[in-house]
Amino acid sequence: MTGSILTKQIIDLDKTREIYKDASASYKSRIVICAGTGCMANGAMSIYNKFREVIYERGLKVAVMLDKEEHKEDDRCDNDFLLVESGCQGFCQMGPLVTLYPQKILYTKVKTSDVEEIVDRTLIKNEYVDRLLYECPDSKHHVRDMDKIPFYERQNRIMLKLCGHINVHDADEYIANGGYFMARKSVLEMTDTQICKEILDSGLRGRGGGGFPTGRKWDLTRINESDVKYVICNGDEGDPGAFMDRCVMEGNPHSVLEGMIIAAMAVNATKGYVYVRTEYPLAVSRLKTAIRTARENGILGEHIFGSDRSFDIEVMEGAGAFVCGEETALIASIEGKRGMPSIKPPFPAEKGLFGKPTVINNVETLATVPVILEMGAEEYRKLGTETSKGTKTFALTGHVANTGLIEVPFGTTLREIVGEIGGGVIDDDGNNCGVDFKAVQIGGPSGGCLTQEHLDLPLDYDNLRDAGAMVGSGGLVVMNQNTCMVQIARFFMQFTQNESCGKCVVCREGTRQMLALLDDIIEGRADAATLDLLEELANTVKIGSLCGLGKTAPNPVLSTLKYFRDEYIAHVYNKRCPTGNCDALKTYRVIVEKCKACGLCARKCPVDAIEGSKGVPYVINIEKCIRCGACYTACKFDAIVKG
Amino acid sequence: MRNDFPVKFDRVCEVLDKHKCDPNKLIAILQEVQEEYKYLPEDIMTYIATALGISPGSVFGVATFYSHFTLEPKGKYVIKVCDGTACHVRKSEEILKVLEKELGLSGRKKTSDDMIFTLETVACLGACGLAPVVVVNDEVHGSMTKEKTIELLNRIREQEKQENNK
Repeated sequence: MTGSILTKQIIDLDKTREIYKDASASYKSRIVICAGTGCMANGAMSIYNKFREVIYERGLKVAVMLDKEEHKEDDRCDNDFLLVESGCQGFCQMGPLVTLYPQKILYTKVKTSDVEEIVDRTLIKNEYVDRLLYECPDSKHHVRDMDKIPFYERQNRIMLKLCGHINVHDADEYIANGGYFMARKSVLEMTDTQICKEILDSGLRGRGGGGFPTGRKWDLTRINESDVKYVICNGDEGDPGAFMDRCVMEGNPHSVLEGMIIAAMAVNATKGYVYVRTEYPLAVSRLKTAIRTARENGILGEHIFGSDRSFDIEVMEGAGAFVCGEETALIASIEGKRGMPSIKPPFPAEKGLFGKPTVINNVETLATVPVILEMGAEEYRKLGTETSKGTKTFALTGHVANTGLIEVPFGTTLREIVGEIGGGVIDDDGNNCGVDFKAVQIGGPSGGCLTQEHLDLPLDYDNLRDAGAMVGSGGLVVMNQNTCMVQIARFFMQFTQNESCGKCVVCREGTRQMLALLDDIIEGRADAATLDLLEELANTVKIGSLCGLGKTAPNPVLSTLKYFRDEYIAHVYNKRCPTGNCDALKTYRVIVEKCKACGLCARKCPVDAIEGSKGVPYVINIEKCIRCGACYTACKFDAIVKG
Repeated sequence: MRNDFPVKFDRVCEVLDKHKCDPNKLIAILQEVQEEYKYLPEDIMTYIATALGISPGSVFGVATFYSHFTLEPKGKYVIKVCDGTACHVRKSEEILKVLEKELGLSGRKKTSDDMIFTLETVACLGACGLAPVVVVNDEVHGSMTKEKTIELLNRIREQEKQENNK
């Protein structure tokens, strides 16, 4: 811990906010470049540099960090523009994104060659560059106000409000937008019981998937007397298809720290850990910088906010093990051991990290905490459904027009999420087919799938559980009609089989056998007993495993068996994959009307399974066919079909 | 490579000192050591175990448990094909097949003989909005197709050739 009360500066939040407000008023425009992973991969940084270059060329001035020196009235306009690198703005599909304030213009798919035009026309002349605006797919209408873009209009971004807006390199921007005020309040003005009660009243439930009431978890940790207690932020976002926590840690790391400080005050902890998976190097470095800044300002360390309380945070980088998302496994990992789960009870609230009472919350949960204190529990409760309060972020991916990061209140339906925010389902040829999805996988490898019958189901913890799925961490993967559900089940089984830590036999061996059974189905070796065996095994793994990984590993299989049993039956009994995705089950046939009898397919066939002669359509002999697909690729008239 | 061995060994000692030989910091220590060597040599792991006062078996146990650690040297370019759900439904498998064919690698043989390429699959890189994703060292390439993959590979090969000519 650095510095003592005597040498350390304690930041005056109110003054920082005042100065910031005054200083920001002097800029004509604020140019926000999205520096989330998606936009970065598409060249956001070169756009950032191009903006600086072009603005200088025009003889104007641009600041990259807000100039907070107090200026005299006449030289206020020292800089014309403020160029900001933000976290993920969510609309990844349309990246790289450039947002201009105060005009609230969102330019999509910006290229470096567009920058000159944006500077000359929008920044200098206040005109719109229509071709860069978001175009509504139906009306072909260009949306000028970013809040009116359906992707954003239908969302309710409370927790994500600042993520994608504030400068990731400037903590003062977080403070200017109300950041750390609630941490200060929790340190100086609230008692531990008050904080726990407020969070309990808000109805906040764990956003990592389990949905345990956060306030109760805190209270259980609070009542355990101990000299040392810990707060852990679980940023081991291992679910394939989920990236919400990553965006928060990268785009607004201070909100995570603030949530942790409040949690620490609620349970009287003195030390915190943020456990981040190693695949997120940017999140690690942003959090480390944020922690350093917070320490320098007396927000972390000893005597935080000038009080007699101490709390410090350390970043712990994971090393690539999905099971470490489970709380007891995560604790083992921080202790430097193999990340294997242990039996509960004792719960971490009694005996957690190094045997001390520990509270573990997910990134999103903690980042929501300051928002709740600011809004007040009463106000927050108004969002969501009867049993699930507030909002939830989802990573919307797969076969959907607008992939990205979204935040909606609990109770929103798939029709709204996929159809309106997501802009519709995309088929394999890239056509938009409205809400005609085959399934939406929710909750990753622990979750299940939702189908057309759930289109109007209000999504919340309990409804999803009843439908055989779960909120999980919030990955929503949309699948179009051409997806083979048996293969999807196999995909998840492969994942959990790989990630099973090996402690429980039924999980270690059971998942392996389930995978083998799914392979039998996909490769045409299954018989009448296979499905029964698969189901029996699934239930065994579910009952006999210790931790969440094993308990939920069979979910994708059970849920696809429930909703797509006919597809399994087609694979098992008819040796046919209805979507034509399983290579071993593919049968090829010639469409007589289309066949020009050129004979190319017969010449390409390696096993002479195609017969015919000039003028007579060719025929494939199914008995001889080895399903290699050579004829299919060779045919120039699309006369050969598979399926 | 052997010549800088003592220098790197000094780094190992530095890392151990930095973490005050605390066995609880084993994962962080292994990460920093791997950063240096690009893999975890067996004798180094034994040395770490002795320094921390734990059995070599526990170090080996941790090193083999987490997928981030590797006991074998990797190629100069580590190509990771994301096979997360979003990438999977957008046909990441085809991209993997193309790379395996082009590089002559497979699930068993992950690194090319000339130590230039290592091909891996990862469960999810959290860049689902850009699916399917391929990462070369730390550079993310999104919305990949078979054609773009071959183009990317050719670009790396060209770069490699130029570096060799220098």
